[in-house]
Amino acid sequence: MCKVNDIRQLRAISKDIRTDVVNSLASAGSGHLGGSLGLADIFTVLYHRILNHNPQEPNWALRDRLILSIGHVAPVLYAALASCGYFPKQELLTLRKFGSRLQGHPGRDHGLPGIELSAGSLGQGLSVAVGMALAAKADGAPWRVFSVHGDGELQEGSIWEAAMSASHYNLDNLIAIVDRNYCQIDGRTSSVMEIEPLAQKWEAFGWDVKHCNGNSIEELVEVLEFPATKGKPRVIIAKTLMGQGVASITDDYRWHGKAPSVQEAAQFIAEINSYYTE
Amino acid sequence: MYQNKGNKATRFGFGEGVVSLGHKYSNTVVLGADITASVSLNGFAEVFPNRFYSLGIAEQNVVGVATGFALSGKLPILSTYGVFAAMRTADQVRISVCYNNVHVIIGGAHAGISVGPDGATHQALEDIALMRSLPNMTVLSPCDANQAKLATIAAAEQVNGPVYIRFGREPVPNFTSETDAFVLGKGQLLRKGSAVTIVATGHMVWEALQAAVVLEKEGIDARVVNIHTIKPIDREILVSAARETGAVVTVEEHQVHGGLGGAVAEVLSQEHPVPMDIIGMPDCFGESGTPDELLEKYGLTASAIAARTLRLYQKKQTITAKHIYSNERSN
Repeated sequence: MCKVNDIRQLRAISKDIRTDVVNSLASAGSGHLGGSLGLADIFTVLYHRILNHNPQEPNWALRDRLILSIGHVAPVLYAALASCGYFPKQELLTLRKFGSRLQGHPGRDHGLPGIELSAGSLGQGLSVAVGMALAAKADGAPWRVFSVHGDGELQEGSIWEAAMSASHYNLDNLIAIVDRNYCQIDGRTSSVMEIEPLAQKWEAFGWDVKHCNGNSIEELVEVLEFPATKGKPRVIIAKTLMGQGVASITDDYRWHGKAPSVQEAAQFIAEINSYYTE
Repeated sequence: MYQNKGNKATRFGFGEGVVSLGHKYSNTVVLGADITASVSLNGFAEVFPNRFYSLGIAEQNVVGVATGFALSGKLPILSTYGVFAAMRTADQVRISVCYNNVHVIIGGAHAGISVGPDGATHQALEDIALMRSLPNMTVLSPCDANQAKLATIAAAEQVNGPVYIRFGREPVPNFTSETDAFVLGKGQLLRKGSAVTIVATGHMVWEALQAAVVLEKEGIDARVVNIHTIKPIDREILVSAARETGAVVTVEEHQVHGGLGGAVAEVLSQEHPVPMDIIGMPDCFGESGTPDELLEKYGLTASAIAARTLRLYQKKQTITAKHIYSNERSN
């Protein structure tokens, strides 16, 4: 996979991914728009700049693994995979439909290339990522494991079991990304269940903590290319806005689990166009 | 005729199986959740320290880590008490392991009431019901230490998906041979008989064989079938037992709901209904006591099994007689 160096080009890809997310969700009629839009920049940078992978050979043994622990934002994963050529873009419009390879939450059993883990029950992905990182270490293999988490997801206790084990085994080939958008279905994370002080929590669990604006391509490139700290797993707390790119729904948690109507989709895509012309 | 070659806990058979897999397959990794000696993983840890991963008292994480290993070409084996392996981690087992359909071997230790003094919290009595309801899951329940070793090896060699193996804490008669073939998914006819069938699993298989000896003295010729693979279950051996003996008793150290009895009833009710009795824990928690005291209280001894089998046999005779009478009247 050739890596995109030009920031403007990465921005253009992120625009396509946002547009595809809106269109696929409008076609599906249900699904999770807010988080998928907020993660568009992270997925752009991961799939087009950071990950060593090969869409022509999805099971290449030495590929970097990307674990999407929050399966509900599958639309952004699917749009990113399609943008790399794992499958035709038009298949995005089958999202959540009967017989589709694009299940509501990613399911390996449906044969979509590029899916590393069937997931959707929160709090499980980091443990799987730890197992993969341990396996790579055991084999002396160069590949890395990236896992993507929600901030609300960190309320699951199993995340912290996994966090403890990653530093115990000095997994510096593991990079966890927290989508810090301060939102979950019931409202603000601070009112549903406070997870702060977040950086200190990860530090206390033995992780190397980095921060960035998760909606800035430049900052994401910089933080994701930053060399690993020997012997420590890394977490990147990436501040994003739910719905980023669509001004009328940005930072509105009511769009966590909603899909746009066809009319709304047209409006949202117009908003995406103006977001990118600013 | 099966002879007890000396008592041995089934957990030690599992542990020996794990070590032999370590020798045979260099991709075997073992994950411990603190109670490694108790669940018989210490042998592997001593022989293959570089392939043993201690993960602490964090069972949910252990299951996820096992999934990650399996997705990366390793053969992960984990073990903890069945109450945790099947229940604390149920969601991880369902989604990470079963939905991903990965080859992870899960040891469920301390199965049954025979755990004894630890009491209700540590006696796994619902694990078969939970594990056999999960798609892709294979459920094994070997009858003695020798078979536990063979079942563990079979879990690696005869399955390419999730496996749950259930075994016990206390020494029990070791009566099968280590050189027997273990055919996953096939029941074992341990004793021929035509009057009634006792289908048993785990520790209860030996008790069932002894019950058949008691029944023989009463002139009742009981067949004994060992179901070491609860899922996928051997439909053929169950249907022929129902057809040829006309009554089936099941015996397990597990709740009467959803376990072996349920699995057998699912087959027979659809393919060849016959009178049945399901012997197990009667929808209640266990308690502290010696294994013998508890097995006695809950009717899981050879004599109690023989008595219930005799009652079922008599019921079968009555039903058969009524059937003949009503057929004669309608003629």
